[in-house]
Amino acid sequence: MLMVQPHPLLSLSHLGKSVPGGRRLFDDVALTLAPGEFVAIMGESGVGKSTLLNLVAGLDTPDTGNVTLDGIALGTLDEDRRAALRRRRVGFVFQAFHILPHLTLGQNVGLPLVLLRAPAGDAALRAAELLAAVGLGGRDDDYPSQLSGGELQRVAIARAIAHRPALILADEPTGNLDPETAARVMALLVAQIRMAGAAALLVTHSEIAAAAADRVLRLTVDGLLPA
Amino acid sequence: MRAWRATTAPRWMIIGEWRAHPVRVATAVIAIAIGVALGFAVHLVNASALDRFARGLATVNGGADLRIEATGGRGFGEELYPRIARLPGIAAASPVATLDARIDGIATPLLGIDVLRAAAVTPTLLPKPANNVPETAVFDPQSLFLSRTALGDRSVGRGVDVVVDGVVERFVVVGALPGAGTRALGVIDIAAAQSRFGRLGRIDRIDLKLADDADAGRVRAAIGAMLPPDARLASVADDASRTDALSRAYRVNLDMLALVALLTGAFLVYSAQALSVARRRPQFALLRVLGSSRRAVMTQLLAEGLVLGITGAAIGIALGLGIALAVLRLVGGDLGSGYFSAGDTPPLVFAPGAALGFAALGLAAALAGSLLPARSAATVAPAVALKNLGDAIDPRRAPALLPAVLLAAAGIGCALLPAVGGIPLFGYLSVALLLAGGIAVMPWLARALLAPIARRNFAAPPLELAIRRLRGAPSQAAVALSGVVASVGLMIAMAVMVASFRGSVDAWLDHILPADIYLTAGGDAPFDPPAQARLAATPGVRRAAFGLQRPILLAADRPALTLIAVPDPAHAYPALGRDIAVPDGAIAVRVSEPAARLYHVSPGSALLLPLGERRVGVTVTGVFRDYARQEGAIAIDGATYDRLTGDRARGEAAIDIATDANPTTVIAALRARLAPAVAASVQIVPVAALKARALAIFDRSFAITYALEAVAIIVGLAGVAATASAQTIARTREFGMLRHLGVTRRQIVAMLGIEGALLGVIGGVAGVGLGCAVAQVLIRVINPQSFNWTMETRLPLSLLGVVVVALVAASALTAMLAGRSAVSVDAVRAVREDW
Repeated sequence: MLMVQPHPLLSLSHLGKSVPGGRRLFDDVALTLAPGEFVAIMGESGVGKSTLLNLVAGLDTPDTGNVTLDGIALGTLDEDRRAALRRRRVGFVFQAFHILPHLTLGQNVGLPLVLLRAPAGDAALRAAELLAAVGLGGRDDDYPSQLSGGELQRVAIARAIAHRPALILADEPTGNLDPETAARVMALLVAQIRMAGAAALLVTHSEIAAAAADRVLRLTVDGLLPA
Repeated sequence: MRAWRATTAPRWMIIGEWRAHPVRVATAVIAIAIGVALGFAVHLVNASALDRFARGLATVNGGADLRIEATGGRGFGEELYPRIARLPGIAAASPVATLDARIDGIATPLLGIDVLRAAAVTPTLLPKPANNVPETAVFDPQSLFLSRTALGDRSVGRGVDVVVDGVVERFVVVGALPGAGTRALGVIDIAAAQSRFGRLGRIDRIDLKLADDADAGRVRAAIGAMLPPDARLASVADDASRTDALSRAYRVNLDMLALVALLTGAFLVYSAQALSVARRRPQFALLRVLGSSRRAVMTQLLAEGLVLGITGAAIGIALGLGIALAVLRLVGGDLGSGYFSAGDTPPLVFAPGAALGFAALGLAAALAGSLLPARSAATVAPAVALKNLGDAIDPRRAPALLPAVLLAAAGIGCALLPAVGGIPLFGYLSVALLLAGGIAVMPWLARALLAPIARRNFAAPPLELAIRRLRGAPSQAAVALSGVVASVGLMIAMAVMVASFRGSVDAWLDHILPADIYLTAGGDAPFDPPAQARLAATPGVRRAAFGLQRPILLAADRPALTLIAVPDPAHAYPALGRDIAVPDGAIAVRVSEPAARLYHVSPGSALLLPLGERRVGVTVTGVFRDYARQEGAIAIDGATYDRLTGDRARGEAAIDIATDANPTTVIAALRARLAPAVAASVQIVPVAALKARALAIFDRSFAITYALEAVAIIVGLAGVAATASAQTIARTREFGMLRHLGVTRRQIVAMLGIEGALLGVIGGVAGVGLGCAVAQVLIRVINPQSFNWTMETRLPLSLLGVVVVALVAASALTAMLAGRSAVSVDAVRAVREDW
């Protein structure tokens, strides 16, 4: 039987970026990510891991090379269209959680659906389901000030998958958590990513966090290398 | 290595904050500076003008120790003079005749003096003949001496016409009055004044010099026992009191108004400090975690406020001095009150006490604005604050309403209290308390106004996000609005008060000016009975009613009231409220509102009026509205006045013309019937022009008010811009996160615009409500207690609408402009924890 390679969800080719001032962060980064694949990227501080994520998300433009997401070259899109693509196809988990303090947990989780103009009832239902899935069931009307760091990151994970994105970008999701909580949150993140069938790109210092990935790569100034 | 002291950390925090946000610091400093500058400048201009006025008055009075003056316009018998002069304790006495003259058509006070007596008592009034004029000219009945200002372009030796009460006499200018300063004044021999102007046997004043060893109290008592009803004893202190009383209320009101800008500045400092504290919450939490006490954190914030206040106050004093100098040079000392000569340029009188006072007020404003944020910073819970989760308040908890209720209740209570020394101090305190209450209610009001729309979901993400944000962070919304709500509220309060006042004046003018044409001789009384008959017989005249206004003194330390003699005062001056029937045998008078309040009389009260040469008992039958005479007025029937005084001359006429008559033709005919000597001094005005003139005076007197209001609004709107900028900077991480989720820059800017517009609507509603409440204090408390008159409330609805629309637009625009810079690529970096 002829095996047909799945079309890559994400493709980076000859990606290069410098910081203001001229110092080269990385050069000739290449990566393909299949749908549902989970890749961890490790590297030293300052090597440009977060910058790489921003390039993948279309929030920044590379000096050289191309980013293709879901068959669309980001370089051909203007800012509004890149934002629209992000809205539909990408979810984010940040190191600092970035949960809005003036929204309830339910509203925070449902935020991506609100941005996609989903009906309010549908957004609320989905948020309730996801909060239950991450162990915060029934707390839709609570506010972030009442939660611990680990709980806030769980809300962030729920938000990241609320709109069923094709790609999850996680930037040091366990960086602000103690080891025990970090392990639980990481397990939750991986489980939710697998259940959602999303691909994921994880940037981390933690080898424990990276161990859950299908592939672990190391970002250097010369590009992505196997870890 | 330099040792680090206990103040090192706070110094780093303060200086670091100011280096990072210089614009915000500058805005707060400028707000305080403007407030202090305006208050100080207005105070200086008023003080300089008052000083000039008082000096002028002292010049006219010549520097006597005591003064016996006539209580009415007819003087008193000169036989009093030798009796007074012989009293023990009197070193010298100088009789004076005072005439309201027109010299070549220009109103000029004219004194008739005995030069030999005046030399000992009031040397500043002594005339000096010109170089080629003999010294004996001072006794010549033709001689006239003029002060430099009254002389103008005239040359010595020139003949002039002097008109007093319609009597025209020719004099020759033969010298000057070196001691008169810059005041317009003329001096003639007293005998000439009496004989040439029909004042034989009458004088208006006796200036007295006390002996060095005289017991002033005993001398006053002895004089008092000898005085006839038409004379009263006054002193320099009474003069000062009278002068001060004339314009005090206006000056105090203007001072208070100028302080509106300072009050707005205080709210601006509060906004800036509160937002700064909110943004630096994690810093304060860190300090607390590292061992700093609550007191140290609070002291740091108060120290910031202190430095802001000192800097702002110092700049404000210097700026105020400059503004006052410029205003005095360009506009003169009269700021619209009309009490001081418009166009007169008094020298600046620097008041170190006032400078310190206003500087202290600026400092107090900055400290007051920093107090609540300092307390908030000191009481932050470190654990919560370190998470930097914005408002540490649970949005589900309803904002506290009690502080606002208590402040409003205190404000209402103060409004019910009486004036202190004729100044509505509790009224002003009421305004400040109501303003504070209005600010305190903002979080609750924001929540209440947003509740109906917060329950709905909106498809448009910017609208949905904006509403959620305002509902979830009401205290931040309140802080952003406090400055602008204070200034808008005050502006609307002033606008409602002015509209009410103008409307009441307009209605009052319609009522007291029912005739078609009015004649006025500007204080003189040139229309004797034959002149009145001639004018009444003018072709085209259907009816002519003649009246008279004379000054009348009821209290030595109060300005003279105006006695108005008119036919049918009950019709000419209808009563406000109760109007009682004339008791049998009583002489009825009506008093104006100011007179009723100043002299504590009401319908049924009895008064003793100095009329003619005696005191006459009268009964008050009604109180009428009068906006023209702040010192008070008493209206009496013309025929009764004639009977009591024998004075039949009149100075005013109200003319009704025939239905088919042309007003212009009738005016010309009336003028043709005036004696040539008086024609130049009599104004004949159609009623429409008279009303327009009166309203123009009103508008001019409020011009400075409008200018100060505009400044308060500008300061408030600057606050909106500054706080919008501060809040968007503080929300950089939020914007970065939203952009990660796919919100475009344009949507974020739109969200900020909607937030700004909603805040503008909330601020507009609050400002209008607050303004209308404060307006009632202005209308029902401050105006009556300051000026002793009342008015009906009128709402300038179109202006209120314009203000709300302008506020919404400004708020939205400034938020969007501030947002545009915040949604840069730096917003993306902001989501990184270590950035």
